[in-house]
Amino acid sequence: MQDLGISILFKGINFQRLLGGLWVTLRLALITIGLSCLFGLLFASLLLSRRKLPRIFCRIWLEIVRFMPQLVLLYIVYFGFARVFGLDLDGETSAVIVFTFWGTAEMGDLIRGALTSIPRHQTESAAALGLKKSQIFLHVLIPQTLRRLLPQAINLSTRIIKTTALVKMINVTEVLKVGQQIIGQFYRQPDAAFWVYFVIFLLYFIICWPFSLLARQLEKRWA
Amino acid sequence: MADTILRVENVYKSFDGQDVLRGVSLQIREGEVVVIVGPSGCGKSTLLRCINGLETISSGNIFLRDEKISGRTKDLHLVRQKIGMVFQSYDLFPHMKVMDNLLLGPTRALSRPRADVEKEALEMLERVGLKDKAYALPRTLSGGQKQRTALVRAMLMHPEILLLDEITAALDPEMVSEVLNVVIDLARGGMTMAIVTHEMRFAEAVADRVLFLEDGVVLEEGKPEEFFHTPKTERAQRFLQSFTYASKRGTSEKQSKNNLGD
Amino acid sequence: MDGSFILSHVPDYLSGAWVTLRFGLYGVLCSLALGLVCCLLCYFRVPIFHWIAKGYIELARNTPLLVQLFFLYAGLPRVGIRFSAEACAVIGLTFLGGAYMSEAFRSGLESVDRAQVEAGACIGLTAGQNMRYVIFPQALATAIPALFANVIFLIKETSVFSVLAMMDLMNVADTLRTSGGRTVEVLFMLIVAYLLILLPVSLLATLVERRLRYAGFGDQHSV
Repeated sequence: MQDLGISILFKGINFQRLLGGLWVTLRLALITIGLSCLFGLLFASLLLSRRKLPRIFCRIWLEIVRFMPQLVLLYIVYFGFARVFGLDLDGETSAVIVFTFWGTAEMGDLIRGALTSIPRHQTESAAALGLKKSQIFLHVLIPQTLRRLLPQAINLSTRIIKTTALVKMINVTEVLKVGQQIIGQFYRQPDAAFWVYFVIFLLYFIICWPFSLLARQLEKRWA
Repeated sequence: MADTILRVENVYKSFDGQDVLRGVSLQIREGEVVVIVGPSGCGKSTLLRCINGLETISSGNIFLRDEKISGRTKDLHLVRQKIGMVFQSYDLFPHMKVMDNLLLGPTRALSRPRADVEKEALEMLERVGLKDKAYALPRTLSGGQKQRTALVRAMLMHPEILLLDEITAALDPEMVSEVLNVVIDLARGGMTMAIVTHEMRFAEAVADRVLFLEDGVVLEEGKPEEFFHTPKTERAQRFLQSFTYASKRGTSEKQSKNNLGD
Repeated sequence: MDGSFILSHVPDYLSGAWVTLRFGLYGVLCSLALGLVCCLLCYFRVPIFHWIAKGYIELARNTPLLVQLFFLYAGLPRVGIRFSAEACAVIGLTFLGGAYMSEAFRSGLESVDRAQVEAGACIGLTAGQNMRYVIFPQALATAIPALFANVIFLIKETSVFSVLAMMDLMNVADTLRTSGGRTVEVLFMLIVAYLLILLPVSLLATLVERRLRYAGFGDQHSV
């Protein structure tokens, strides 16, 4: 006699275990997003710097991030740093380093794009009205920059949430790993794997979708 | 008496509950040039757009040579093949050379052989003074040249009637006449046309009949010399007055004469 | 670094690169096809199908490829739907990429001026002819940068194919690392390999974009 595989998710604390696994990557994502916003501001100011060296430095950084699969970057930090620098980082620390390295560059480039997208005559006409520099920033530039930036930043955040799933590959016990453990326990239930992975798929969707909708809504309203 | 090409019967059109056309009727006979004037927002452009199905009308009927063309959703392209339309923004296809712009309709929509159409297109381009631009990209043309090309593009479909929607409104002043001369040339050739324009002198020169539209109804209809010099309704008088400017040295009656008359 | 180690393992990397490139390419081509179909279904609002297309796009864009692959490879077989690893790779990448390609095409189509659509209709073209000769060529020109960005994104995403036990670049590197312990050399070659694959794509993108700009029907939609 067998029930549907989905029932195993409601046996004992299995569902809580899955959510716990999801929280591992979600927490990584949240830390990454926070740090990326912070460092992204710095990164953008370097990208817009008048001096050449910081600009070139950032460009190269950006290109590395664009060309290297995040998984390769994870391997470099997780396995490579131990070899080269003797730094034996655990998976989660490596993940935060890598994803922040990536997020900073992407966020910085978005901030740069948003700042430079504001036509110069906006500043000029504000100045012509006799506004002070700080007033121009506060009332003219920052609101317009935020409108452009926010939808894109939210989209980047959902990308970060999705990408943190990769920590599975450097032995962090996250939702997929927990799923495998549950499936292992219930190996006599043939369709357990189907339901477990299906639910994980849905969980990710439930987390990311509202952000996507929000980004699209903001984009539409502020277009 | 020539055949009636276009018959518009009691057409209503509303956008979001607001009536733009409120019972417009008109007839255009073969070879006739009808100019529609009126203040902005009076529904003139909407009327033209309704005629070739770019907008669906709320009620009423539109006939092209006794064939009902309003209210159909199927094979609308077959109707539009018989109705030419030119807009104020030229709307040449930017990714195609002038010649490809001209050939697209006749070869694809009408399936005519390319060589025939190309020969005809070259002749028409020569008539409007653009033969040397036949293989240029639209972005290299001036506004006036673009609009002449757009006129040729519409004419190459050999439409039963040509609708012109403020075709000089986007042009620099010095390019207006090169475009309007082409239209007058077409009128002399017997082309049936419905023209919406703000160029009153041109309207007087080209029209067989003038319609004055305001708030979605035809307020006045008449021969151009009557309408422009002795408008019957007070509204039309006020509309024509709006083409005069106040002047530093009193009202400038003269300016208005210059604009409207001789 | 050990030069002879590197040289002796070039063939391994070549075969890994071939797997990455081949399946990346299959995925990209199928994504383009699927993306085009979905965006046309939405554009013409084909009854019922455009809802399906929209739903699929949301699902695919808001879940990680890794999770999608686990579901395909480990979940579906348990309910009797079985694919080979290679098929899973292509299906997974297409499922993800189709949604992104569709969005790129959609924004291209939206950038085409309404007046162009009307002008096409006014010379008596059918909706299909109008799409083919007037709208789509202009939409494609606008969509090219986003399409190329997706190609690079998708090729990078192939790095998770190793969970399907496919011997792609990532898996080749991982196998060498665990067996030989030459982590630095192994990772170095991995970086070089991805660069060699992605740099040409990026150069091609720049070239095509520049040609389009010079061909210059950009005057309609100067972004």
